[in-house]
Amino acid sequence: MATIDRILFGDNQFFGVNHMSEEKARQQLMRFKDIAAIVEVLDTAFDMGIRTFMCTTHDRIGEICDHMRANRERYKDFVFFPCMPYAHKYANSVSQVGVMETIQRFSAGGVVSTVIRGAVGTLTRDIYALMKLLVDAEMKRFHGLNTPVIFVQNVVTDLLLGLKLYPVFGEFHRYVKERYDAEAGFITMNLPLLLDALDQAGVDNPIVCANINKIDFRMSGGIHAYREALGTRKCRAIAMSVLASGAIPAKEAIDWVCGMQGVQSIVFGASTAGNIRQTKELIEQAWAR
Amino acid sequence: MGLRVGIIGAGKMGLSHFSVVNAMRDAGVVAVCDTSRYVLSVLNKYVGVETFTSPEEMIERAGLDAVFIATPSSTHFDCARHALDQGLHLFVEKPLTLSPVQSKALSAMAIERRKVNQVGFHNRFIGTFQEAARLVKAGALGEVSNIHGSAFGQVVIKEQNRTWRAKRSEGGGCLHDYASHVIDLMNFLVGPPAEVRGASLQSIFSEDVEDAVSAVFAYSNGAAGILETNWSDETYRKMSTTVAVHGSKGKLVVDRQELKLYLRQGAEFERYVEGWNSRYITDLQKPVSFYLRGEEYSAQVESFLEAVLTENTAHENSFASAYETDRIVDLILQAGGKARA
Repeated sequence: MATIDRILFGDNQFFGVNHMSEEKARQQLMRFKDIAAIVEVLDTAFDMGIRTFMCTTHDRIGEICDHMRANRERYKDFVFFPCMPYAHKYANSVSQVGVMETIQRFSAGGVVSTVIRGAVGTLTRDIYALMKLLVDAEMKRFHGLNTPVIFVQNVVTDLLLGLKLYPVFGEFHRYVKERYDAEAGFITMNLPLLLDALDQAGVDNPIVCANINKIDFRMSGGIHAYREALGTRKCRAIAMSVLASGAIPAKEAIDWVCGMQGVQSIVFGASTAGNIRQTKELIEQAWAR
Repeated sequence: MGLRVGIIGAGKMGLSHFSVVNAMRDAGVVAVCDTSRYVLSVLNKYVGVETFTSPEEMIERAGLDAVFIATPSSTHFDCARHALDQGLHLFVEKPLTLSPVQSKALSAMAIERRKVNQVGFHNRFIGTFQEAARLVKAGALGEVSNIHGSAFGQVVIKEQNRTWRAKRSEGGGCLHDYASHVIDLMNFLVGPPAEVRGASLQSIFSEDVEDAVSAVFAYSNGAAGILETNWSDETYRKMSTTVAVHGSKGKLVVDRQELKLYLRQGAEFERYVEGWNSRYITDLQKPVSFYLRGEEYSAQVESFLEAVLTENTAHENSFASAYETDRIVDLILQAGGKARA
């Protein structure tokens, strides 16, 4: 079973995602336009003992992987938790060229070899085979790196949850184990509902990641349902959006989430050494109490 | 199960509505119609819904209470008219139609048949924009003098779009897509303009449609409006919509995350003080029962289903309100020298 550190490092700050301010998101995109600036922040966190980077399979993540492979000794304990897919990439492609061509464009073999194999129709009509092709395509850039947990991004988890395509969760769980010796993780904005679905899909003691914050921000089903689910269900829960993009003061937010039964890990993003250190210390102090 | 819902058009928006409706306690999707046999075969095999290639056949056979229409815009009118004729409640993706005459006719038909009639202008369900509209209507800004609405994003950043969005005849282009959202939002905040004084529709990458729209509006109280949209701007990660409103007592700037309100001396209003005030989505957004891709997408579906269950036809984003947006879109086409033949 994969070991999940209690404190994980996130990536929103690097790719212009900020739930409070578009202006701040833009400034961050400009600051992190060079991979070197991202690596510098990752190094800072790594040297403080935060060794897991939970990252979207954004196009630019490949360059970070290249850096890690080129400096294997330095990063031998560095761990990636890839979160796939980077949904905007697919959504923009569907708007541009349609569903069928998007599938061909992003499947592991690429258009040409898939067509040569003459199997595109048969393969894609079987959604499990299609899922495997897309997972392989996303995992290519992580070749040779530690990826003990592979996550499905919330927009896909929750789309499948709404469509009630629960068996896909089970298939994903089995496939990443078999092919990558990894455990499946599921990011969601609907944690109580997802835990029921994963139960039905036969995923035991699942790794899940959800917004868990004091102000109930993007916790669908409500804070009471979350408390109940986390307190009674067997799962390994990672809290994200703990500060609700800065809407809650750091200490208050962290003390609250660390007191929440069932939260095993926290993922947070920060851009400066001071903020990384402060957040890490607040979490450690809260959990030590 | 509750309400039996059908989806016409299983593209990005259709699938999104499908998932959200299906997660609701009082409703479920029982039938889907699309032209892609591939998409239908997957949905039939794995989700277990009935599938159709003809909307008429689906409506006749599936025993529906309501349908969602999320097909290319040029097909909305015929689909919507037929659904209303068959007595169904109706949610139509934006824009309602490509012609104000058709939109007005659909609105009259829905009112006459007392059917719920909603259009997918989802920005009206975002907490920051709702609060901005409330403040303007309550007079917090005093007399409005200027409004500026803009949207930027990266839908078309190469010369290779091959879907209906690149075809003018099917309702593609930035005007019916990005610009219609912003026009609707400007209408939501200050009401529709009386006139379009000038407009420019520019192609950047697309051959058949415009990628950028600029226009100047005049309002009946003398206020002026500026619309600026560009869907070929790759400096934006995703669609970014901002509206600024100036009034005699102050101004506000609002996007989907943040509401900034400046009030002049002596113009404090409710909890808002003189000078700058900031409020965020984390505080302004009402929670939804199921989250897929932004509260607004769930909230508009919840609102629609609630209206159907209670047979309330006085709901947000009615066809009548969407007609006002289609009317301005048409005036922009005329002002920009691109009026339909």
